[in-house]
Amino acid sequence: MPLSSTIYVLAIPFFMFLFLGLVGVKMPRKITGVIGVLGMAVTTVWAYAIAFTYFFGNGEGQMLDGVRQQIVTTDWTWLSFYADKLVVRLGVLLDPISAMMLIVISTVSFMVHLYSLGYMSDHDGNPEKGFQRYYADLALFTFSMLGLVVSTNIFQMFIFFEMVGVSSYLLIGFYYGQQPANHASKKAFIVTRLADLFFLIGILILSFYTETFDFKEIMGANGHDVCNAFTSAQGLTFMGCSVTGWALTFIFIGGAGKSAMYPLHIWLPDAMEGPTPVSALIHAATMVVAGVFLVARMFPLYVLEQGAMDIICVVGAFTAFYAAAVACTQSDIKRALAFSTISQIAFMMTSLAVSSAKGELIGGHEAGLGYMASMFHLFTHAMFKALLFLCAGAIIHAVHSNENSKMHGLHKYMPITSIAFLIGCLAIAGIPPFAGFFSKDEILVACYEKGIGWGLWMSMVAGMTAFYMFRIYYLIFFWKKHEVHGEHKPKDQPWTMTVPLIVLALISCVAGFVPFGKLVTWDGVQLETHLNLPVACASVGIALIGIGLATVMYWKENPLPDKLATMFKGLWTASYKRFYMDELYQFITHKIIFQGISKPIAWFDRTIIDGFFNLLGNVTNSASFGIRKMQSGNVQGYVSYYIIGAVLLAAITGIVILFV
Amino acid sequence: MDLTLLMYIVPSLIMFGCGVYGFITRKNMIAMLISLELMLNSVDINFVVFNRYLFPAQHEGMFFTLFAIAIAAAETAVAIAIIINVYRLAKNVDINQITKMKF
Amino acid sequence: MEIFSNMLIYFVIIPVLTLAGLALTKNKGIDAIRAVAVTGATALVALAIYLVVVFLHARAAGDTSDMILQTSVTWYEPLNIKLALGVDGVSVVMILLSAFIVFAGVFASWKMDPLPKQFFLWFFLLSTGVFGFFISVDLFTMFMFYEVALIPMYLLIGVWGSGNKTYSAMKLTLMLMGGSAFLMLGLIGIYFHSAPEGQPLTMNILEIAKNDAIPHQWQYYLFPLTFVGFGVLGAMFPFHTWSPDGHASAPTAVSMLHAGVLMKLGGYGCFRIAIFLMPFAAQQLGWIFLTLTGISIVYGAFSACVQTDLKYINAYSSVSHCGMVLFAILMFNKTAMTGAVLQMLSHGLMTALFFALIGMIYGRTHTRDIREMGGLMHIMPYLGVGYVIAGFASLGLPGLSGFVAEMTIFVGSFEHQDMFRRVLTIAATTSIVITAVYILRVVGKLLYGAVQDEHHRTLTDADATERISTATLILAVAIIGCFPNFFIDIIRDSFTPVVKALTSVM
Repeated sequence: MPLSSTIYVLAIPFFMFLFLGLVGVKMPRKITGVIGVLGMAVTTVWAYAIAFTYFFGNGEGQMLDGVRQQIVTTDWTWLSFYADKLVVRLGVLLDPISAMMLIVISTVSFMVHLYSLGYMSDHDGNPEKGFQRYYADLALFTFSMLGLVVSTNIFQMFIFFEMVGVSSYLLIGFYYGQQPANHASKKAFIVTRLADLFFLIGILILSFYTETFDFKEIMGANGHDVCNAFTSAQGLTFMGCSVTGWALTFIFIGGAGKSAMYPLHIWLPDAMEGPTPVSALIHAATMVVAGVFLVARMFPLYVLEQGAMDIICVVGAFTAFYAAAVACTQSDIKRALAFSTISQIAFMMTSLAVSSAKGELIGGHEAGLGYMASMFHLFTHAMFKALLFLCAGAIIHAVHSNENSKMHGLHKYMPITSIAFLIGCLAIAGIPPFAGFFSKDEILVACYEKGIGWGLWMSMVAGMTAFYMFRIYYLIFFWKKHEVHGEHKPKDQPWTMTVPLIVLALISCVAGFVPFGKLVTWDGVQLETHLNLPVACASVGIALIGIGLATVMYWKENPLPDKLATMFKGLWTASYKRFYMDELYQFITHKIIFQGISKPIAWFDRTIIDGFFNLLGNVTNSASFGIRKMQSGNVQGYVSYYIIGAVLLAAITGIVILFV
Repeated sequence: MDLTLLMYIVPSLIMFGCGVYGFITRKNMIAMLISLELMLNSVDINFVVFNRYLFPAQHEGMFFTLFAIAIAAAETAVAIAIIINVYRLAKNVDINQITKMKF
Repeated sequence: MEIFSNMLIYFVIIPVLTLAGLALTKNKGIDAIRAVAVTGATALVALAIYLVVVFLHARAAGDTSDMILQTSVTWYEPLNIKLALGVDGVSVVMILLSAFIVFAGVFASWKMDPLPKQFFLWFFLLSTGVFGFFISVDLFTMFMFYEVALIPMYLLIGVWGSGNKTYSAMKLTLMLMGGSAFLMLGLIGIYFHSAPEGQPLTMNILEIAKNDAIPHQWQYYLFPLTFVGFGVLGAMFPFHTWSPDGHASAPTAVSMLHAGVLMKLGGYGCFRIAIFLMPFAAQQLGWIFLTLTGISIVYGAFSACVQTDLKYINAYSSVSHCGMVLFAILMFNKTAMTGAVLQMLSHGLMTALFFALIGMIYGRTHTRDIREMGGLMHIMPYLGVGYVIAGFASLGLPGLSGFVAEMTIFVGSFEHQDMFRRVLTIAATTSIVITAVYILRVVGKLLYGAVQDEHHRTLTDADATERISTATLILAVAIIGCFPNFFIDIIRDSFTPVVKALTSVM
């Protein structure tokens, strides 16, 4: 497959969106669904072909001196701000991470398309309304996400950031008739929009100095050769920090919004109001890693700006811990998984930030390991988290509830789902030989290289991950016997839903053996990776401790969890309430922005400004009413005025003549 | 005794003042018309006198006065006609009462 | 007659002929009235598209003059008033925009009642003024057409409006007339300084610009007069209060035409007269107006957040978006100014779309209060989707016009070397978030959720004419959003003279 045909990987979903959105809504549901799935299947095959050609083909210009090259296959001038500089191009850039992302996105998206055939076919027994719309939106999202990862320039990235934001809005709000979905979609859009605002400001600052948006022009081929405009702008300071530092920090905030970094994470748990396959696709595997991808894409610049890297590092490490702490107490399984996602993405962020491309900075150790680890974890996480979400979807489909109190003991009824979920849990907990073990191990190694403190902190979070994942697992599938309500027995799902589970579970088992260091590195140079035995043993040990603890507490029904909850009541409630972040935001938006700013401004407008103009009108009006009396039609009155006027005029004239 | 300019002007001025006073204070239209005539005649006197004293060689002032007297007669005739008609309609010639056409 | 060989004059003649045609129809003959109106509007669209083709041909053929299709016919010799016509890229796209909106407006007022004939008469008189304004380059004729466009507004709102219509109509007319008073003073001032000592005075903008004879101390008085004069129409803070009331009371098509075209006269005039003719004062006093327009942008957006009447929300959002137009014009570089014109296009189309949809919704539910509606997406999906698209255009979704316009403005503005302007640009960018807040708030309350009022369940979705009206606008919005370079190429070079004038006085 020639690389120049990559554009069709984007074109097919876009065409599917238009087709399903305009024509599909008039067609029978089944046919629309099948067309959607087939379209996605073609896209997936195509994307795989492209990725394999890119990684293993030996076309011209793909490998130069052992360095895997970035290749621009399509380049179309879309919008030129200035005739010669600052041109926005829409194009396709193939490099290791975008090729990898093509695989991730198309795989998960295809699985979700297939899964949705079963999941979305009915809604509590009734045919799902808007089934066609659902497939159109999915196609739109897939298109946007693919466009994002192949961006050739930062502005194209921004464009597709907005596009994924909107398609995510549409999909979260799929059940628009229900208020929670409605609010959640609004919240997700606005919070990510706020982050995008910073992204935009960052782009403005950066492009002001570099005079181009293009990644290749800013960072040079393969990021080796950052342009002079950037390095000279590093010397300029604004409020004590370099302007490029500001720009990159702002851009990171943009990524943090999409990737749900603290404190911009609040939209993600609420986004679980959307259909579960959507959560699997958007809010676990693809869109939420857009921020990580953004930082990875601009990695050569971040490396030069250590201040920005430190900020990312701190934010990432804190978020990882915070989200893990919250995940330990959530009762809604999708929310718990959402917090787990936040925590895992924070792992990737931290890993990027501790990575340093310049070998000398970390004592000659493997440079760029963190970068590779981060991308590796992104890849594996997408697979097993999608798996977990799809399992959760199957469970919710069976019991019609998100609360784990309604589940318990489902192992007997849904064995396939149970095993798939267990594989996902093992993978995320980092138990060999499952996928998560390898990627997480690399991350921890990178963190230990940065400093022992960072390493210990992240290891602790990894332990918490194992704990809360198994807590969820036990509470769903064991704990106590399932209470069957009436005739309705939970059971495993139809084949359209089972197949994706099995496929993803298999990938989760084997993905760890992909020689990632050979394929995906920040500069295209192959990286030798090897298992760091002490770190690996330690992390497996910590994970086992976490699992053990969870087993003790949640395997069989026992009063221990409740006892602990009452013992640490404050802490437990705070964690359950997500440390009151939502309340804080509620306060800021409603009390400050609506009541404190908008209402007064609206009042000011109606009362003061409009009042002023009304006053002008009223004064004119009343003045004319006042002087109207003079125009009485009474000739005698007129004569009086005239005489008085004449006498006064004569008097004034006399005075002037006499005294001047 | 010589008759000076002032001896004509002052009575004329008094006449004009009476006219103005009458025009403003009287409510009866006939009385107002009389006051109007007073003012007009005082002005006529002025014309004649100024002509006589300041420009004895010319006669424009005299002519103008004659002209004004003629106009005044016509105007009075029209005014009286209107007043009579108004009286027929309203049984009244008090200008404060006749406000039908106001506004 | 020489003038009739210039195609531009037909932009005035067609509406006038339509007026004549309407005058001949019977009061009750609704079909004839519609036929005449549609014919006129279609002819205008066709002519506007043809004009674009002519313009592109002229440019491709290497015609680099500032304006093409120039003709000048003496109208009143003693004052040197001429009927001078000519268009550059900016006027071409403005004419195109106006034609589209008039077209959509005719369909949006399909079921106008009462007095449809009189309504369309005033409607086309207004269009005459609008087109006349965009094709003339003579101060006098521009001002004349400007007034022709304003006056019908009073009757259109006062007679066919809703709610507190007499108050709104009066307020709108008086405030705009107040603006015209400033403007007229300014124009007369410009006229008396239009040529160096000893040469005949002129009203022709191009000649005035070439003469460059307005003394600097006079520019200090004349620039604010003209800028405020046009700024009132462009809803510049604090002269924007006519806009919410006026829009709220106006009938659908009038709101469309008003927000879509009439408010553009303001921005166009600010650029064509105030800045182009008085670059020195523009450089010196620009920061004052820049601050005011910067306030407009954020202020309008915040005000829109708490409104409950659909039309008020869009009126305030217009204040915000039109503020962006004037803001960008005052940035004095080609990119930002191009962005301003794109924003005019984008705002014109998308606000027209909004008002059309609001009118259709109001026609069904008989309320515009968002608290009394909900879940309309279940009942009228076509209108709902249209509203969501309009909303996305407004909040700047890539692929629709708003994004292109806003980004061009922001990038252009930020390229300015002046720190003050860059900081102001950052402040203005916050509007993209606030816009998202109020747009999604409305969409959430109006379209999503459960159906609020059970009586609404029986309502119908859009009919054929309504679909034509909205689809035209949606298509236009999408075309600008997807192929912005086509428009930018037309617009950008038109700013060469003004930017040259501005840099020469630095």
